[in-house]
Amino acid sequence: MEKEQAAIYLNSVTYHADGKEILHAITGTFAKGKITSIIGPSGAGKTTLFRLCNGLLSPDNGNIQIDGRDILSFDPISLRRHVGIVLQQATMLEGSVRDNLALPLQLAGEKLSESEAARIVEEVGLDTDILDRDSKSLSGGQKQKVSIARTLLNRPQILLLDEITSSLDRVSKQDIEKLILQINREYGTTVIWITHNLEQAKAVADQVWVMMSGEVAEAGTTDLLDHPEKEAVKQFVKEEEA
Amino acid sequence: MSFLALLLTLIFVLIPLILSKTLRLGLEKDTLIATVRSIIQLFAVGYVLQFIFESENMLYIFLMVALMIGAATQNARKKGTSIKGITWKLILTFVVIELLTQGILLSLQITPPTAQYIIPLSGMVIGNSMVLGILFLNRFTSEVASRREETELILSLGGTPKQAIQKSLLASIKASTIPTIESQKTIGLVQLPGMMSGQIIAGADPLQAVMFQLLILFLLLTTAIVTSIMLGFLSYPTKFTERMQMIE
Repeated sequence: MEKEQAAIYLNSVTYHADGKEILHAITGTFAKGKITSIIGPSGAGKTTLFRLCNGLLSPDNGNIQIDGRDILSFDPISLRRHVGIVLQQATMLEGSVRDNLALPLQLAGEKLSESEAARIVEEVGLDTDILDRDSKSLSGGQKQKVSIARTLLNRPQILLLDEITSSLDRVSKQDIEKLILQINREYGTTVIWITHNLEQAKAVADQVWVMMSGEVAEAGTTDLLDHPEKEAVKQFVKEEEA
Repeated sequence: MSFLALLLTLIFVLIPLILSKTLRLGLEKDTLIATVRSIIQLFAVGYVLQFIFESENMLYIFLMVALMIGAATQNARKKGTSIKGITWKLILTFVVIELLTQGILLSLQITPPTAQYIIPLSGMVIGNSMVLGILFLNRFTSEVASRREETELILSLGGTPKQAIQKSLLASIKASTIPTIESQKTIGLVQLPGMMSGQIIAGADPLQAVMFQLLILFLLLTTAIVTSIMLGFLSYPTKFTERMQMIE
């Protein structure tokens, strides 16, 4: 794919932590306006890749382009608003759901209006009466939806979702899948999400990356999961399907 | 107090030694070291102070205060090894506290500009600032670690490092300042402060002793809050990179 069409273009990106290589010379693109699933075993470097794209980390070598611009040309605050991330743990700050949703706007010196708060919770499939609930009392699925809503309030062009369905029940998983498709279709947001579920990876994506040992083992359309080329990927897919 | 009377006070050292030995607490060695060190250190300071008081030379006063700041820095920096440049941050904090408190005391002629006042008051201010500094650094290190996810969340949503670490910073400032404020609430009811007791025993008018003790208490309030805030605002940027990333 031409890098001009890429929402994110990674060029030989390497990252180390505690003397260990986490990502090794990653090169590839995430297509603009598309949904990409990233799958791979634990420790493959998927979360690290997300943190690099959101600017929470910087690569040791190589470079990253966001919408055709070098990541370093963004100031960190506008980068993080442009490339939103929802972290796996769905951390909630003390206070109500409304307080949590108001956070991204507060950070920018703005206020969350009542109508905006109601609109965003409904958009992620929650009732408006959740706004006054203590954020710590929410279920896993509700926390993830509030986390997504909170990130969406920054109006990101690119949305990174880190294993947000891994601890959810079937119904909550389906809700989140629908939400991902809806965000992509309604706003044209580029969505990249990490999942451990092969069915999800195929059903809710245009493209897929298989990451293993800090490298992109295979990347392409979701069909590749049905016919992987590399032996290691075949083995991984087989184990996940079992 | 006579020399014999001082010798007799060693009974109060013998009691814990005997109890420790009997109950096998294993505190004998530390008790003996603490006793010997306190005798040597206090007599040494006593002779040094006697010399400085008699000379009334501002250079000696300056050197004595510098020595206090150096010792306080040396002691407190061990608790802030995770903070880059902690030594200079501590020195700057102690210097500012000293200048602020002595500046007010001397310029408003609350206390006379003599070694007899400057040195003991500086000792109390710097000593308390050191304890506050240690309390703050301990708390700040643990707050930053325990709120790491929260801090990263705020950064990831486009917050500045100051916004991201604000809760850890304020909680640490508050936690390290509260003991000073709380202890002042019960002072005089639960215990008589050391300095005041010393003055009364030495024959000073109790009301004069109270007035000086109040001066110290108010000084320590400023010391507590300024130490925590200064150290906090000097320390938090070291937790982030230029690209507003948390340092591992």
